[in-house]
Amino acid sequence: MTTQAWESGLPALPRGRKTDVAGPALSGLTGFAAFLIVAMVVVIMGNIAWFGWRTVTWEFLSAAPREGMTAGGIFPAIFGTVALVLLMVVALIPFGVGAAIYLYEYARQDAWFTRAVRFSVNNLAGVPSIVFGLFGLGFFIQFVGRGIDRGLGLDVVWGQPSLLWAALTLALLNLPVVIVTAEEALRTVPREQREAALALGATHWQTIRRVLLPQAMPGILTGAILAVSRGAGEVAPIMFTGAAYFLPYLPTSPLDQFMELGYHVFVLSTQSPDIEGTKPLLYGTVLVLLLLTFLLNLTAILLRSRMRARLAGR
Amino acid sequence: MSNANPAIGPLRHEGHGRSTRRRIQVWRESLISVLLRLCAFTGVAGLLLIMIFVFREALPVLMNPEIQKEASLRHFTSTLMWQPVGAVPKYGLAPLLGGTLKVVLVAMAFAVPLGVAAAVFTSEFASPRLRENLKPAVEILAGIPSVVLGFFALMVMASWIQMVTGATVRLNALNAGIALGLGVLPTIFTVSEDALRAVPKPFREASLGLGASPWQTAWSVTLPAAGAGVSAGILLGLARAVGETMIVLMASGNAAIVSGSVFDSVRTLSASIAAELAEVVFGSAHYSVLFFLGVILFVTTFAINVVAGMFVGRLRRRLAGA
Repeated sequence: MTTQAWESGLPALPRGRKTDVAGPALSGLTGFAAFLIVAMVVVIMGNIAWFGWRTVTWEFLSAAPREGMTAGGIFPAIFGTVALVLLMVVALIPFGVGAAIYLYEYARQDAWFTRAVRFSVNNLAGVPSIVFGLFGLGFFIQFVGRGIDRGLGLDVVWGQPSLLWAALTLALLNLPVVIVTAEEALRTVPREQREAALALGATHWQTIRRVLLPQAMPGILTGAILAVSRGAGEVAPIMFTGAAYFLPYLPTSPLDQFMELGYHVFVLSTQSPDIEGTKPLLYGTVLVLLLLTFLLNLTAILLRSRMRARLAGR
Repeated sequence: MSNANPAIGPLRHEGHGRSTRRRIQVWRESLISVLLRLCAFTGVAGLLLIMIFVFREALPVLMNPEIQKEASLRHFTSTLMWQPVGAVPKYGLAPLLGGTLKVVLVAMAFAVPLGVAAAVFTSEFASPRLRENLKPAVEILAGIPSVVLGFFALMVMASWIQMVTGATVRLNALNAGIALGLGVLPTIFTVSEDALRAVPKPFREASLGLGASPWQTAWSVTLPAAGAGVSAGILLGLARAVGETMIVLMASGNAAIVSGSVFDSVRTLSASIAAELAEVVFGSAHYSVLFFLGVILFVTTFAINVVAGMFVGRLRRRLAGA
C-alpha cells in the first residue's frame, strides 16, 4: 500500500464526524416509530379493557343473549367457538404433523414434489381469508356436501353451512402454521438421539414414533395453540360456511350451525338496531375474545421460547 | 435402506419366522411413508382445490351465455356503478378496484414507514432489554383478531379521526386505511426485523471501524444488505392488505363510489364479497360475479406473494454467499 492511498483515505474521517448531525436525529425518529406502535397497542388494549371489564360477569359468560341481543350473555358464542376450534384441531393436527414429518424426515429436499409442497404451503399462508370462505362454500358445501346428499338420496342435510364445514375450512387456513411450527420442532431434536435409535436397530418409523415425536411435542403443541388462537379470531372464512347470526339453541351435531365470538362481535357492531344499548355487551364480547386469544398466544410463546432455549443450549 | 452391504445380507435370513416379521415390518414402513407423503400432499391439494373451485364458480361470467346477459367482462367496464341489487343490476368494477387501491395505499403509507423504522430501531439501536420488550408488543398487535381491529376502528377511531380532520363522512377511506395499516404492521415489522438481524455482524463492525456513525451504518450498510428481506416484508404486508376483509368491511362505510378523496366512504373487493354473498341466490349472476371478485383477489395476492418469495430466496442466497 502506498502512502498516497493512505492519505487520500484519511480526510473522510473528520468530515464524517463533523457533518453527522442528522444521524442521531434520524435514529431518534426510528425510536419514535417503535414507541408509536407500542402506544397504539396500549391505547387499543386499554380502551377495550376499560369499557369491557364491567360487563364480563359470570352471568355474561354463562347466559344466552336476550331481548334482540341487547341483554343477556354470550354463552352460545363461547360454546360455538370452542366446538369450532376443537373440531378444527382434530382435523388439522394429523395432516399438519404428518406433512411436517414427511418434509423433515423423508423428503429429498431437491425433489420436485418437496418443492411443490413447500411452494404450496407458503402460498396457502398468503391466500386471503375471504377466499377461504368462498372456497368453503364452493367446495365443502356446494360440491362435497351436496354430493353426499345426492349420493345418499337425502334432502339438504350435508349441503348447507355447518360446524363441520366451517371447521374444515379453518383447518385448511391454518395448515401452514402447523406444518411450519411442527417442522421447526422436529429440528430441535438432537441428531445424535435419532442416530442412536437407528443404530440400535429401530426402524425409521419406530425412531420417529419413540424418539422424535415425544421430544417435538412442545413444538407441535405450540403450532396447535397458534392455530386455535388464529382460528378463534377469524371471521371471514366462517361467515358463509357455518356461523349463525343468532341461534336459540346450542349446536348438538357437527351438521348444525353455530354462534361464534368473532362473528358475534361483527354482528353486534354492524347489525344492531340499538347501538348504544348494545355497546356494553359488545365491549364485553371483544374483551372475552381478546383474553381467549391472548391466553392461547401467551401459552404458545412460552412453550416456543422454552423449545428455542433448548435448541440454543445444544 | 442399506441393502447394498453383502456382509449384512445373510444375517437377515436366519429363520423363516424372522424373515416374515421382517417383511411385515418393511411393508409397514413403506405404508407409513406413503401415508406421510399423502399428508404432505394435502398442502398442494388445498391450494389446487382453492384455485379450481373459486374459478369454477366464477366461470359462468366468462362462459355461460345466460349469465353473461346480466354480467360479463363488458358489464364490468361499461359502467362506473356497482349496484348488484336492483331492477337492472350494475356490475361496474371501477368503484371496487379504485376503493381497494385507495384503502391499500393509505394503509401502506401508514404501515411501511412505521414498520420499517421500528424494525431498524429494534435491530440496530435498541438495547437487548428494550428489544425483548418491543417484540412482544408487536406480537400482541399481531395477535389481535382483525374483527377486533375493525370494531375499534368502527366504534372509537372513526370518531377521533373525524374530530381531527373534520371529515363529513365518519367511516371513510382514511379510517379504514389506518386500521388496515395496523393490521399489516406486524407482518412488515417482523419480516424486516428478521432480515436486518440476519445481516452478518462483520458488516456492521467493518462500517463502524471505518468511522461511520451508527446511523450511517444502519442506513448505508445494514438496510441495503437486508433490502431484499425488507422488500419481502413490505410485499407480504401489501398482499395481506389487499385481501384483508373484516377491518375494511367494518371501518370503511362500504359506499361504492368513484372518488379520489380519502375522506369519502369506500367499498373494497373483499368487503363486497363479505357483505353480499350471504344474501345472493346460489347460481345467479351476482353469485358468479362475487366469486369472480374472489378470483381477482386470489390472483393478485398470489402474484405478490410469489414475488415476495423470490425476494426471500435472493436474500438467503446473498447472505449465504457473504
